[in-house]
Amino acid sequence: MVENTKDFIQNEENIIIKGNVAAAYAAKSARVQVISAYPITPQTTVVEKLSEFVDNGLMPGTQYIKVESEHSVLASIIGASQAGTRTFTATSGQGLFYMHEMVHWATGTRLPIVMAIASRGPAPPWNIWADFTDVLSQRDTGWMTAFASSHQEIYDEILMSYKVCEDPEILLPKFVAYGGFILSHTSKPVIVEDQDKVDSYLPPLPDEKGWPHIWVDPKRPMMFGNLIMPSGFYQEFRLKIHDAHMNAKAKIIEATKEFSKIFGRNYGNGLVQEYKMSDSDVGVIIYGDLALQMEDAVDQVRDEGYKVGMVKLRHFRPFPTEDIINISKKVSLLGVVDRATAFGSLTGGPVSCEVKSALHDVEGSAVILPIINGLGGREVTLEQQKEQLRTLVILNETGEAPEHIIHGTYWDGLLEVK
Amino acid sequence: MILTESESEKWKKINKSKEERPKVQEYKNWEELSPIPVSLPIKGSMGETGDWRTFRPVIKEGCTKCGICWMYCPEGVIERKEDGSFEIDLNYCKGCGICAKECPTNNIEMIRESNIEDG
Repeated sequence: MVENTKDFIQNEENIIIKGNVAAAYAAKSARVQVISAYPITPQTTVVEKLSEFVDNGLMPGTQYIKVESEHSVLASIIGASQAGTRTFTATSGQGLFYMHEMVHWATGTRLPIVMAIASRGPAPPWNIWADFTDVLSQRDTGWMTAFASSHQEIYDEILMSYKVCEDPEILLPKFVAYGGFILSHTSKPVIVEDQDKVDSYLPPLPDEKGWPHIWVDPKRPMMFGNLIMPSGFYQEFRLKIHDAHMNAKAKIIEATKEFSKIFGRNYGNGLVQEYKMSDSDVGVIIYGDLALQMEDAVDQVRDEGYKVGMVKLRHFRPFPTEDIINISKKVSLLGVVDRATAFGSLTGGPVSCEVKSALHDVEGSAVILPIINGLGGREVTLEQQKEQLRTLVILNETGEAPEHIIHGTYWDGLLEVK
Repeated sequence: MILTESESEKWKKINKSKEERPKVQEYKNWEELSPIPVSLPIKGSMGETGDWRTFRPVIKEGCTKCGICWMYCPEGVIERKEDGSFEIDLNYCKGCGICAKECPTNNIEMIRESNIEDG
């Protein structure tokens, strides 16, 4: 097993494609039956590529629905999934916000929809570049949320998502998020797996009866998700969604293990992936494309003689509380790097909020330094990430805090005119 | 989709045919519930929604029995009688007025409920 995700691509046959195209290939490999999509930057090329596949007959039997808005995208996908098909769509930022009503509906109806998110910053000021605030702001919708940090991981994570989402004990929708432009519009080698191999990994496509909890029979119409009185089982249905999330952790671990067995690519336990954490004094928890570059930063700062490590957070929902607790006991200081905001909350970033609350009352856990950087696609350089690691080392050894700690969060890379 | 034994048992309750299915399903706790609320549509499953009505549609004499009101009624509460004329089920009619609007001969009148003396 290779520890560094970048080593995957050596000595294998691969094609050089954009991150968005990798997402489209994943949908093709998963034999998706219904695609509904509306273009929005930076997601557009996902659905352009898929329409090309469908138009050229490379996805036989797949329906491609053109609609007038993102709200209708998810509404039609919900209908298609309810009728018992494997579905796929993709969006970004404002498009995801426009879907929001239906995002909740997809969870309540327990449909295994997979959606790729080429993440972008919310407007205003208008922004189309990498920022995970769009997908993280959907925190309480009940969708599972995964981050991909490389082109190959976009492809792989979408396949793994179908495996988990369609499990009869889970039946939840899932976002697979990756940084807009940084991954969506750059080209890298990606291994697109043989169809037979993918077919052996994924569950079979749903039969004419549809998903196990939905009985599809046009002769006997049924109502799904209809009105339920306060005295009815509403609260219990909500508890079942939470319960499914909690059970999904084990399913994600299982699906990741099986994936690495069949395809030979390793993503930690699926929920988190540690990199050189075993002997570290300080570490960072980081997600998305910045995690890939952070591996280099960790290597280079280690060459300088500092024992630093990193943890790539692969899933935000369900949140890997147990793993975070274990990791926090290995080091004395943990930086949590967010490329997203959570205004007015415990810290400035959504993931650091989660980490802090996971470690509440845990004895011997690391001190947390919330870090925010790279909002709205602002470049975070390798040097900057190395400096973040050095800052953590200094803070750990001398107690000297960095500048720009504002309301308890280290806002790295703020503009200053000199 | 392959189901484990316990899972398929869980969903058997839902998948029973309309005749076999108990009218009220009883669950002991949340774990026994199916993942989503599923119900067979039956007449008046939400109670007598005619209570919501402010204006009552009244079919006047001169109805041509064209059936347009029957076709347009969003609640399906207009029934064709044996003689071909139409009757509105006032237990469930919400009084939306679409039938009156669509009637090509203006033979349906919407009358405020408070102005009707019920016998």
